Amino acid sequence: MTTETQVIKLTMPKWGLSMTEGRLVSWLVEEGSTIRPGDEVAEVETEKINGVVEAPAGGILRRRVAEPGQVIPVGGMLGIIADEATPDEAIQELIAEFEATFVPPAEAGDTGPVPEQVTVGDRTIRYLRHGEDGPAVILIHGFGGDLNTWLFNQEALAGGRTVYALDLPGHGGSSKDVGDGSLDVLAGTVAGFMDALGIERAHLAGHSMGGATAMAVATAHPERVASLTLIASAGLGPEINGDFIEGFIAAGSRRQMTPVLTMLFADQSLVTRQFVEDTLRSKRIDGVDQALRTLADRLFPGGRQATVLAPALAGLDVPVLGIWGREDQILPVDHANALPSHARVEIIEGKGHSVQMEAASEVTRLIDRFLAEVDA
Amino acid sequence: MARRLTFQQAINEALAQEMRRDPTVVLLGEDISGGAGSDGQQGDSWGGPLGVTKGLWTQFNDRVLDTPISESAFIGAAIGGAISGIRPVAELMFVDFMGVCFDQIFNQAAKFRYMFGGKAKTPVVIRTMYGAGIRAAAQHSQALYPIFTHIPGLKVVVPSNPYDAKGLLIQAIRDDDPVIFFEHKVLYTMEGDVPEESYTIPFGEAAYVREGDDVTIVALGRMVSMAQQAAETLAAEGIECEIVDPRTTSPLDTETIYESVEKTGRLVVVDEAYPRCGFASDVAALVAQDCFSALTAPIRMVTAPHAPVPFSPTLEDAFVPSPDRIAAAVREVVGKGAEVTA
Repeated sequence: MTTETQVIKLTMPKWGLSMTEGRLVSWLVEEGSTIRPGDEVAEVETEKINGVVEAPAGGILRRRVAEPGQVIPVGGMLGIIADEATPDEAIQELIAEFEATFVPPAEAGDTGPVPEQVTVGDRTIRYLRHGEDGPAVILIHGFGGDLNTWLFNQEALAGGRTVYALDLPGHGGSSKDVGDGSLDVLAGTVAGFMDALGIERAHLAGHSMGGATAMAVATAHPERVASLTLIASAGLGPEINGDFIEGFIAAGSRRQMTPVLTMLFADQSLVTRQFVEDTLRSKRIDGVDQALRTLADRLFPGGRQATVLAPALAGLDVPVLGIWGREDQILPVDHANALPSHARVEIIEGKGHSVQMEAASEVTRLIDRFLAEVDA
Repeated sequence: MARRLTFQQAINEALAQEMRRDPTVVLLGEDISGGAGSDGQQGDSWGGPLGVTKGLWTQFNDRVLDTPISESAFIGAAIGGAISGIRPVAELMFVDFMGVCFDQIFNQAAKFRYMFGGKAKTPVVIRTMYGAGIRAAAQHSQALYPIFTHIPGLKVVVPSNPYDAKGLLIQAIRDDDPVIFFEHKVLYTMEGDVPEESYTIPFGEAAYVREGDDVTIVALGRMVSMAQQAAETLAAEGIECEIVDPRTTSPLDTETIYESVEKTGRLVVVDEAYPRCGFASDVAALVAQDCFSALTAPIRMVTAPHAPVPFSPTLEDAFVPSPDRIAAAVREVVGKGAEVTA
């Protein structure tokens, strides 16, 4: 079909391992309006999380195929983007063909990549890989998180790269032993993870405590770190919201956990019941609370950050991208000022601490562009 | 890394992990190590009548104790063991037989902490099978959790899926109060994702099984999957059900039930137990008392009839609340009150 190059299918994205379908909440653009790549076009709700679908390419939104309220499988058609010249018949034909042949990946038995495990020292580390070749990128979550921290970003970053998201010790599906809870243990685990998978050099991206971990890897092994992406990173100043840390450790029920998790976002409606439930499921595993306690006592004693790594970073010849949500309630946005002078700093207005989720497409685009420039 | 286990395997794993973690955990019951080493072929015990404890005798040997067919004796022994410092998990085959040890449970175990001024603790778990559906007739098929829920001092757990079964049983074993743990025979083969690690689920926290705006269905144990089937059917008709599974009847998470009813304005309670002084009537009464102004339609209860469980397969199937009966009750309440959103 000759028109195919000008006609782009807008489909239901896959956010995270267990997502098989999503409900279209609403369209954010009118049929017939012109959109640019990356524009937010539709709001989608899944059982775990709510998010925004962005345009994969520019053009005119010629057809809104899915209706608000409709549940669409991952990969299913939401709409059609095309240029003005494309005849209506061609679009109609494409929709008909798609509807006749589309098999949801979940039904076809294609669940996408699944987490794997690797032994690092005497710990088991769980990780998820997207992408087969190209430069290695390692995504490191924050305190209390896990590899799902990156569910909106990881796959999108994997075009031409091999992107790993790991669970730090004490988190997710990794061993619960965090040693003395120091950054050395966390950074040593990341370096050991690279050894175990034969990754000589990688771009590191860390969120919050994961940012401090990435910095610690870079200071210990500068030759192995191609770049640092530090998102709402710890390790840049003494202040931290101790109520979040203590509240997170103490929370054992949905009612206790919900207000703690809402501190992560500017838009509190992003904290779905399932998100709270998943967080509690991880946290209720034996050893997790103790691991978090040990980490908090070592890294954030008395509600202050014990280690500030910014000065060490200034002396390193490693490209740095800093990203922060202006409304961050966990780590103050002005810690971005402590980033070295050669760093690129992006402050995202109206978003909170988990900015890689709350402004997923924007953060993914910033990282993607930064990594492309570093690798060029 | 979702690992699938059956309900039965989840319970077995919870027992094994707690026995490994805590040397004071012991099991006792009828035939739980029966046949152990008897013919060299099976290589293990029967593991109880339905094989739930199979494999544990091999791993823990004399911590898995077979008892005579004398429920009042071994339940008494388990309770006595608990107040003297060990953590017994007794298996009382069918809850229907619990009647012969009511004094041990109601007057002794349930009262020790209270009557000894908080100085005694009774960390005993009594696991028991309940429910209809396996053609086992009137004396082996009852859902008697309301009787235990009635007694202050007992905690009562009725899990509906493998994940909850493991986490709630570990919580029960670690709990310092007597816990009656109900396992529905028909659920033993149900599969679900269960983490390999040990984990606990707190008592008194209901689970949201499904979210919806039109009607709240409160269901527990086997009735949760019945309610889910009904909700699927109803969703196709444009009725969105919210299903709340209390998981424990004592303590009861009224807050979550109320929160849901405040949103939907309608309540259907599904209960496999008898209707009089039962779980359904308890929840219905609490909601009527505390959320009356939120209700836009009368509360409906879907329960077994006030009759013994029949042996006739046809009658037994009609006895147990079915997805059809639940759906009919929901349609009745959404026909009243405020407009359905969909």
